[in-house]
Amino acid sequence: MHKLFPWWKRDYYAGALMILLGLITAHEGSNYPLGSLNQMGPGYFPVALGILLMILGGLIAATATAGADAEEAALPHAEWRGWACIIGGPVLFILLGRSTGMLPATFACVFVAALGDRETTLKSALVLATCVTVFGVILFHYLLKLPMPVLTWGGT
Amino acid sequence: MIETALTDLWYGFSVAFEPHNLMWCFLGVLVGNMVGVLPGMGPVATISILLPLTFGMKPVAAILMLAGVYYGAQYGGAICSILLNLPCHPPHAVTCLDGYPLTKQGKGGTALGITVIGSFIGASFGITEMIFLAPALVSVAMKFGPAEVCSLMLLGLLAGSTLARGSPLKGVAMTVLGLIIGIVGADIETGTPRLTFGLLELYDGVEIVALALGVFGIAEFMKSINQNIKFDTKYANVKVRDMWPSGADIRRSFFPWIRGTLIGSLCALIPGTGPTIASFVSYATEKKISRTPERFGNGAIEGVACPEASTHSSVQGDFIPTMSLGIPGDTVMALLLGALMIQGIVPGPQLISQHPDIFWGLIASFWIGNILLVVLNVPMIGLWVKMLAVPYKYLYPSALFFVCIGVYGANNDMFQVGLTLFIGVFGYILLLLGFHPAPILLGFVLGPRFEENFRRAMLISRGDIWVFVDIKNHPISTVFVGLSALLIIAQVVLWLRRMRPGERAPRIAPAPSQAEG
Repeated sequence: MHKLFPWWKRDYYAGALMILLGLITAHEGSNYPLGSLNQMGPGYFPVALGILLMILGGLIAATATAGADAEEAALPHAEWRGWACIIGGPVLFILLGRSTGMLPATFACVFVAALGDRETTLKSALVLATCVTVFGVILFHYLLKLPMPVLTWGGT
Repeated sequence: MIETALTDLWYGFSVAFEPHNLMWCFLGVLVGNMVGVLPGMGPVATISILLPLTFGMKPVAAILMLAGVYYGAQYGGAICSILLNLPCHPPHAVTCLDGYPLTKQGKGGTALGITVIGSFIGASFGITEMIFLAPALVSVAMKFGPAEVCSLMLLGLLAGSTLARGSPLKGVAMTVLGLIIGIVGADIETGTPRLTFGLLELYDGVEIVALALGVFGIAEFMKSINQNIKFDTKYANVKVRDMWPSGADIRRSFFPWIRGTLIGSLCALIPGTGPTIASFVSYATEKKISRTPERFGNGAIEGVACPEASTHSSVQGDFIPTMSLGIPGDTVMALLLGALMIQGIVPGPQLISQHPDIFWGLIASFWIGNILLVVLNVPMIGLWVKMLAVPYKYLYPSALFFVCIGVYGANNDMFQVGLTLFIGVFGYILLLLGFHPAPILLGFVLGPRFEENFRRAMLISRGDIWVFVDIKNHPISTVFVGLSALLIIAQVVLWLRRMRPGERAPRIAPAPSQAEG
């Protein structure tokens, strides 16, 4: 069994996730008027789809193939550094974009994301971030006139 | 019929030849060819990234460009497969089998030349098919009521999710998830905000850009990072003069081109079977009818000619159900429909008569684009080969920035960037759990229209659910429902067979992919 899925078969997790999502949908949907088939209310469709998704989740778990299938064996190893950097890039873009503008946001986003690759050095990440920032600011600020300040303090 | 088609086509050319339309078409195929060549970038991610840029453009220009990216990427993807043995684009995975051995024998140029000619033949046939078939389909579809539209969508969704890669059950679950995501936001009839979890920003629904870039951008980057695809560029030095195939090669490839084209155009008509399945089927056919099947896998030129012609014919044919019925066959088509809907254009059978400039302009741009691609690929082959060496470690951080700024620019709203990130992480979890998230987008795009038509059908029939299989009053709808039932039964039978020990039903090998195709 793969270490990303330590206790169960992968399809059990997959089925459980679908059941959970279906449950949330059906529960949320039941807050709105259901109506009848003749006059469907806004809640009818979400509830129906939620229940359908729960059934599908149950079927996925029930038909879980015995042992690891070929696809499962080909799963990547946990890639925490890469994942963290790819999530970190957009997070920095949101935070810096709100407070300081496009230039620092772009630089930080590309720089941090680039560090996710194990072969990237600090220098090559800096060079890449600088290039993309220059290109991005010219394209989006000057050519496409995106209403986002290049450099600012205290937010927009 | 031929006469009206020609007049309409003439009109289409006048639209497509307008300078700015021509420019966007050229830009589209250029970008498409580029991302097709780059290992690790797919047409779906690229179209999603370009989508926000099209919001300010005229609808015709937007659709010409986005479509150009799609078929342009097919030309580029073949280069990647033949010269590097990298099946980064699923439709071209099968081309590796004979393309790479040819490259090793120093005949990579010939293989590329055969590919370009075959692609052009395939594409031309696909476009011609669209010119005649789409209006014919429309004249049938115009008679559809809400019940027929609904059951047709059901069939399209089921086919799209069960015939694609991976477990059919998981595919259907993804479609349902897409339908649910499509519900988010204010209800069309009553205005009640649904599934918004109290977030004001979700009242207008989930942006298609946020969904597509989350699932096909961020989630794909998380999957591909540090995978370090190893490839070898030592055979990949091809010059223009190597590309002219010899007379013997052309004679050998001629019938494979024709057979591939026909298989591809047939596959295009069955919803859910896109270019990937077409290329696998045509390779298998070609190998089966060959008098020398042992040459396949060791550099048979037929093994390149047939699947490539079939891919391109299927790619162009894919547009038929999308443009004439408003039912997308795969992810790219769902994105294109989304782009049209953002422009305020309602997809469906009325599209051709209401927006002839879009439909006929698109068809004319296919011809122009394909000719441009042949021109781009032959003299510039050296440049494309150089691009093969751009490593992924430079590619994904730049692409990530384009994702962020693109989503922000769509509405000037940082919330959407956060939503994209959330969807991306969630999408990666789905990938790890063995879901192929492509059908989410199909469900998402069709969801609201499906619900609307379903409600209307129920209203007309006074809540009688059996209206869909009412063979007397709704024979067409009954046929669609019957076909859907057949699809499900076929899947159950296949599954039961797989369960029987010692006997495995033949499955189409899942193409190892970098990006959804």
